[in-house]
Amino acid sequence: MYRRIAAATVRSRLSVLTAKKTAKRFISQKASGVEKELVFPGAVRSQFTNLLRFYDPTNDKSMDTYRCVDLSGSPIDPEYNPADDPFFSQEKVIKLYKDMVTISILDTIMYDAQRQGRLSFYMVNAGEEGIAVGSAAALGKDDILYCQYREAGVFLHRGVPLDEMMNQLYANEADTSAGRQMPVHYQSIQHNIHPISSPLATQIPHAAGAAYALKIAGKEAASICYFGEGAASEGDFHSAFNIASTRSCPVVFICRNNGYAISTPTLEQYRGDGIASRGKGYGIETIRVDGNDIFAVYRATRDARKIAIEEQRPVLIETMSYRVSHHSTSDDSFAYRAKTEVEDWKRRDNPIARLRKWMTNQGYWNDALDADTRVELRKEVLKSFSKAEKLKKPAISLLFEDVYAELPLNLKEQREELAEILDTYPENYPLSVFKNGREGLGDK
Amino acid sequence: MFQVRASFGQLRRSLLQSAFQVRHSSSAGWNSYTAGDAAFLARTPEESIKQAGLTSSAETTNLNLYQSVNDALRIAMETDDSAILFGEDVAFGGVFRCSMGLQEQFGEARVFNTPLSEQGIAGFAVGYAAQGATAIAEIQFADYVFPAFDQIVNEAAKYRYRGGKNFNCGGLTIRMPCMVVGHGALYHSQSPEAYFAHCPGLRVVIPRSPVQAKGLLLASIRDPNPVIFMEPKALYRASSEIVPTIDYELPLSKAEIVRPGSDITVVAYGTQVYIAEKAAELAEKELGVSVEVIDLRTILPWDYETVCDSVTKTGRLIVTHEAPRTNGVGAEIAAYVQKKCFLRLESPVERVTGWDAPNSLIHEPFFVPDVTRVFHGIKKSVNY
Repeated sequence: MYRRIAAATVRSRLSVLTAKKTAKRFISQKASGVEKELVFPGAVRSQFTNLLRFYDPTNDKSMDTYRCVDLSGSPIDPEYNPADDPFFSQEKVIKLYKDMVTISILDTIMYDAQRQGRLSFYMVNAGEEGIAVGSAAALGKDDILYCQYREAGVFLHRGVPLDEMMNQLYANEADTSAGRQMPVHYQSIQHNIHPISSPLATQIPHAAGAAYALKIAGKEAASICYFGEGAASEGDFHSAFNIASTRSCPVVFICRNNGYAISTPTLEQYRGDGIASRGKGYGIETIRVDGNDIFAVYRATRDARKIAIEEQRPVLIETMSYRVSHHSTSDDSFAYRAKTEVEDWKRRDNPIARLRKWMTNQGYWNDALDADTRVELRKEVLKSFSKAEKLKKPAISLLFEDVYAELPLNLKEQREELAEILDTYPENYPLSVFKNGREGLGDK
Repeated sequence: MFQVRASFGQLRRSLLQSAFQVRHSSSAGWNSYTAGDAAFLARTPEESIKQAGLTSSAETTNLNLYQSVNDALRIAMETDDSAILFGEDVAFGGVFRCSMGLQEQFGEARVFNTPLSEQGIAGFAVGYAAQGATAIAEIQFADYVFPAFDQIVNEAAKYRYRGGKNFNCGGLTIRMPCMVVGHGALYHSQSPEAYFAHCPGLRVVIPRSPVQAKGLLLASIRDPNPVIFMEPKALYRASSEIVPTIDYELPLSKAEIVRPGSDITVVAYGTQVYIAEKAAELAEKELGVSVEVIDLRTILPWDYETVCDSVTKTGRLIVTHEAPRTNGVGAEIAAYVQKKCFLRLESPVERVTGWDAPNSLIHEPFFVPDVTRVFHGIKKSVNY
């Protein structure tokens, strides 16, 4: 039922992808082909039974959660010790740690900034920094990424500059999405991360389609898709998993199961064994990991990516965590969960503290270094913050551009209509805030 | 299994074919007509080449609408290695035969069946197209596009806008059979174009004939915007035309005057162009009225210049479509024209449309905006 991934055991199938596939698509129903018993085309491996029994999933053992470093930062996987993995050099581990800490500092500063009315909205990542950074560390540069919205660490670790993320939060003239989207809807063409959009789960079938494009082009890369356990209740989750499986798409689905979808606890979200148990139903290889263990997340992602690319099939990783923060700046989570529950989680375990313990055990880190690093990172975030705040907002003409590849007649007319209004009533609009003011709309 | 599917397809085809014939032969009096008689159809190679906007001595062949769609799909895939074609039951040729022979030619990787899930088809298509590749998705009936509405409206239509010039899914085209077919009832008859016409970022295209279908579909597939391409299924086998065999495109967001006239303008699209033309002939004969018939061809962004120029000349306008009236495409055209042509209008803009009801199976002859109703609209307008 379970298998371990080792380089030697995985047969590369990339070379045969272009060759004509001879996979059996139809089940013959000819009478002459029936030897003893009928084979129904819908389940060819099913055997007959003469006992009437309903299958009851509640009797199943819950799927295990893989962990390779315990709460004290000690290695526990008998087959794998991160200290022996050349990938986790001192330098690399410190980078992973700093990225997680940067995100948590960014969160604190931006959360407060929103509270002060300096930006319209924010969503923090607290408790899930390890999932984002650990998985991103395992990806290739040609991989195509789709995020939900609570994966800022993916952007940062993949190399998106803090300034660029801040520009998006401030919707200023340097924002790559031209100030059109709500804060935290990041994107990066340079790093193959598609624009985040608010509708939940819509990106899951996109990831399947993108993976299929990689497959057709014969590229050695995978499509990676993040989503929460709440989004997994959407129809798009179902359709995406099914199409990814039937079309053998090289895609890694990473579910962040943090226990809540806004106020809805998982008991009201599903009654099966989390999201991982669904992978089996779609014929998708699946693993569940401890999301607070960055090494476990990294290893699972690295192996999942390997399976996806070499075997050209989807893989599901369910990462378990706890949403320490409020859902967003528009949410007060103490309206639906006890403060003590959150405080317990904060105290008990989180991905940053666990990696810090491991680094300390290795002799890579100490309290003084940590304090200095946090001061340094805070300075960097604040520097980026004030730079972004000073920039003008994008030109008004960008309201009309990029709806289509070209500006159609109706939008040209409507732009002229707006120009007339702005010229007649300029005092009623915040023209000076925008790049080139009224001129930014273009000619009448 | 393949045999079962094929015979099911044949059954469906024969049902649809007979349905169309029933509709047009059992209807009484003025409403009875043969689509193949329409004056605007290209009957000679010269007419065909001219309508396709070609100047060369292109080769031509006789095709009906499903064959011309098939021809366009074949050319699109031959000229673009990234193009894939997928949907429910497209592999064996499609329930309307539009993808016949394409899997044999291009292989299982490029022409394939998907699981039965419209939101999955649309979402998969958006993801594929967002890689700069060409996705041609099929929704089996326009009536079943609604599960994909979120993917089309929130995702496909807004991808370029939110991508800020860095991302787009312009390589996406979603084809779907639409409009009434004689006995399609509630879920094999709908014309959902107005739902999409309210969505910035989409192009919505509906052809009227084989020459049009080929040129508009090739243009749609290659257009840098996501396109909803609706194929009037009653026309798949009803009318044939002489169609250029070569690769050609017809302009999008451009209406076409299919019958010049001077007294009144009738705007239609899809199957309704045939109805409008028959009503125009009738009005000329019975009332001595010269009717200009315009095929809108693209519903969004629509060509208001051609329509307003025509109304400025004629002073009267009728918009006719099968879809229900309230908030239909006719409402947009009427509102726009009354603003631009206020001083030229000599009568109120008439809308001859489906009623604000679902399409009842047995009541279809009373539901559709048929020749009689369009004629009556013309009469009311000129007598105003």
